[in-house]
Amino acid sequence: MSAASTYAEHADTLTHDAHSHVGHHSVSFIRKYIFSTDHKTIAKQFLTSSLFFLLVGGAFALFIRWQLAYPGEPIPIVGKWLPETFVSNGAVQPGFYTQLVTMHATIMIFFVIIPLATGAFANFCIPLMIGTDDMAMPTVNMISFWLVPVAGLTVMSGFFVEGGAAASGWTSYPPLSASGTGHMLWVIGIFLVGFSSILGGMNYLATVLNKRAKGMRMFDLPLTVWALFITSILQVLGTPVLASAAALLFVDQVFHAGIFIPENLLTPTGGLYPSGAHVGAGGGGQPVLFQHLFWFYSHPAVYIMILPVMGVVSDVLATFARKAIFGYKAMVFAIMAIAFLGFVVWGHHMFLSGMSPLLGTTFMLSTIVIAVPSSIKVFNWLGTIWKGNIHFTTPSLNALGFIATFVVGGLSGVFMAIGPIDVYIHDTYFIVAHIHYVLFGGALFGIFAGLYYWYPKMFGKMYNETLGKFHFALTFITFNLCFFPMHMIGVGGHMRRIHDPYVYEFLKPFQPINQFITVFAILMGLAQLLLVFNFLWSLKYGRPAPRNPWRANTLEWAAPAHPGHGNFDRDITVYRAPYEYASPESKRDYLPQWIRPPYIEKEKTVSVS
Amino acid sequence: MSSALSLAHEPVTGIRHGKLGMWIFLASEVMFFSGFFTAFIILRNSNLAVFAHGAAELNWPLAAVNTVNLIVSSLTMAMAILSLEHANKSRFQLYLGITFLCGLIFLIIKYFEYTAKFSHGIYPGTSSFFGLYFTMTGFHAMHVFAGMIPIGWILAKSFTKRGYHDWERVEILGLYWHFVDLVWIFLFPVLYLIF
Repeated sequence: MSAASTYAEHADTLTHDAHSHVGHHSVSFIRKYIFSTDHKTIAKQFLTSSLFFLLVGGAFALFIRWQLAYPGEPIPIVGKWLPETFVSNGAVQPGFYTQLVTMHATIMIFFVIIPLATGAFANFCIPLMIGTDDMAMPTVNMISFWLVPVAGLTVMSGFFVEGGAAASGWTSYPPLSASGTGHMLWVIGIFLVGFSSILGGMNYLATVLNKRAKGMRMFDLPLTVWALFITSILQVLGTPVLASAAALLFVDQVFHAGIFIPENLLTPTGGLYPSGAHVGAGGGGQPVLFQHLFWFYSHPAVYIMILPVMGVVSDVLATFARKAIFGYKAMVFAIMAIAFLGFVVWGHHMFLSGMSPLLGTTFMLSTIVIAVPSSIKVFNWLGTIWKGNIHFTTPSLNALGFIATFVVGGLSGVFMAIGPIDVYIHDTYFIVAHIHYVLFGGALFGIFAGLYYWYPKMFGKMYNETLGKFHFALTFITFNLCFFPMHMIGVGGHMRRIHDPYVYEFLKPFQPINQFITVFAILMGLAQLLLVFNFLWSLKYGRPAPRNPWRANTLEWAAPAHPGHGNFDRDITVYRAPYEYASPESKRDYLPQWIRPPYIEKEKTVSVS
Repeated sequence: MSSALSLAHEPVTGIRHGKLGMWIFLASEVMFFSGFFTAFIILRNSNLAVFAHGAAELNWPLAAVNTVNLIVSSLTMAMAILSLEHANKSRFQLYLGITFLCGLIFLIIKYFEYTAKFSHGIYPGTSSFFGLYFTMTGFHAMHVFAGMIPIGWILAKSFTKRGYHDWERVEILGLYWHFVDLVWIFLFPVLYLIF
């Protein structure tokens, strides 16, 4: 007991014990770093694999941008190394272009943002923030990670088979996706990564429900954990539907059963398949059925990508504004409302699929309603920083960047929710701008915020603040200059997924804008080198991190600076809500969840730093 | 100091981690098979004749035998859990053995059903009905097989000197086994009995 209060007094000055791990027990290299069951190691594995795929997906994006800006000209540096099936004279071929578009989105969605938002953050944050030693099911957790690189390599191996990688867009609509080895590999990979997602979600739910520290009620959870908890429900209930759609698509690809392939494409002559191929004898399929099943998962998937980040941003903003989060319960219920509505709005992706206009109207209304809980969140973030004592650190700058870009992306989302407007802007660069404002500007800025925020706890070292701020500033500026003009060319009629837009006379004037976009896309890619450098340099040369560098309230900061297996070196009991900043109870401007109430009386005699 | 920590305390909900995880996993499984049933409903409505013709080709008496077989296995699974809870080792081995055997018989019957179809030139590509039939029953059979692995492992372990005593773990396995049974209860009428 006395040990606990002495510890508390030194809570933010302790810099030692970076490696005095709790419960030393020797484990082999393989068990410790490769097939580890420790949630922190698994989180770092997710982080590493995602950052690797981020670089791959980013490179694909730059190939796409190069082709749009300078069609037919050889790709600089790498162009001459690519095989002739991909490029002709170093310039991107049409078939390769569609593969690039497909793989860029597939990698960024399934292998970067989802594993980062759920895999990396859920694994790292949940056990630490609820004050426990590990996940509920550590072995399941390990399997959940190892499926990801296997799935990623399966999808990517499409580049090395005949016909190339999947090339029907990340949505993989049949009948286009119903033939070819690349598409089969895509389906297998998505099935595997979906399984990883389900296992992860199941583990996060069981952990939050079962392993909270003593005294911690559900409404004592930090918003990051709440968001991850609700996200896990989406993962567990949404992903299996994608898996069944993928399984049925696979049956169509292999056996040509006619589940999604319409009847007129099943005939041997003039159909989808070369004559002589075995084709279905009866019963045509429904391509729109696949779209329904696909979007039943993939719309909630949008929230799987954005909700955890909203939680992270809430925590970061409260910490750096030194204020309690504005409307904690409203934030929780808004997350729940977004998740629930997320399951009933999928049809807004299909306004042009031939769906009944009446059905389209219901989807339009439910989609517009999502703006309400989303706005509650934005207003509450603004309420949180309102008159706060804002510290402009790298995490808080990234969190503010998130809000700014999320508002832009959210508003363009309302445009697309309206059926009649969507008819015009569907499949144009307007939607490309929207998705990047939400997923890059939104999710990725939030992920950067979380990455910088928890870097000290993850690696026991402080990152370089100056470099971090430069990284944010450069990314934020280049991001907006890259993606904002896409709204304009989109409204101007520039379609997405087109190899050479300038075959159309009316798109020719857009080439300078495309070149402008490409220049800033390349600069944005280069700016990420700052992150990579800062990340690696600080690992070795960073200042040792104190236990609680941000003077934050949540439980992960009660753990040693670089927690070992078992996380905590003291018992954790939770006495209060997670956002007691500027509390009148305390002379300091923060009051952590784990500090015993009698400590308040003692504190009056303790000098406050 | 570390040994005195009690971070890994009793589950907050009072439900063992594995059991809670299994219920969540089963919720996920419900959604997985729901995707197939949705596809079945939609495609059946647009291809009534094809589906009726396909269902007529299926061997419903064999499937009925399999239905009874799986229901029996669910019963013996429940009795195995109860026997282990009461530390009745021989009864436990008997009931779990029957459960394993029922699973095996199910797969053998399924094998004969499949090969009979193949010998008539019926494959998943024959029609959208058979595409769905083979996918749905195939995934179900995979689930049966996946359940038989831990059942066999626990059974083998119970014959070792140390024996097997964790009846709660068998109960978790039982949840899964009952679910797989339940899926078949839906598959049987939908695929075999609706003409």
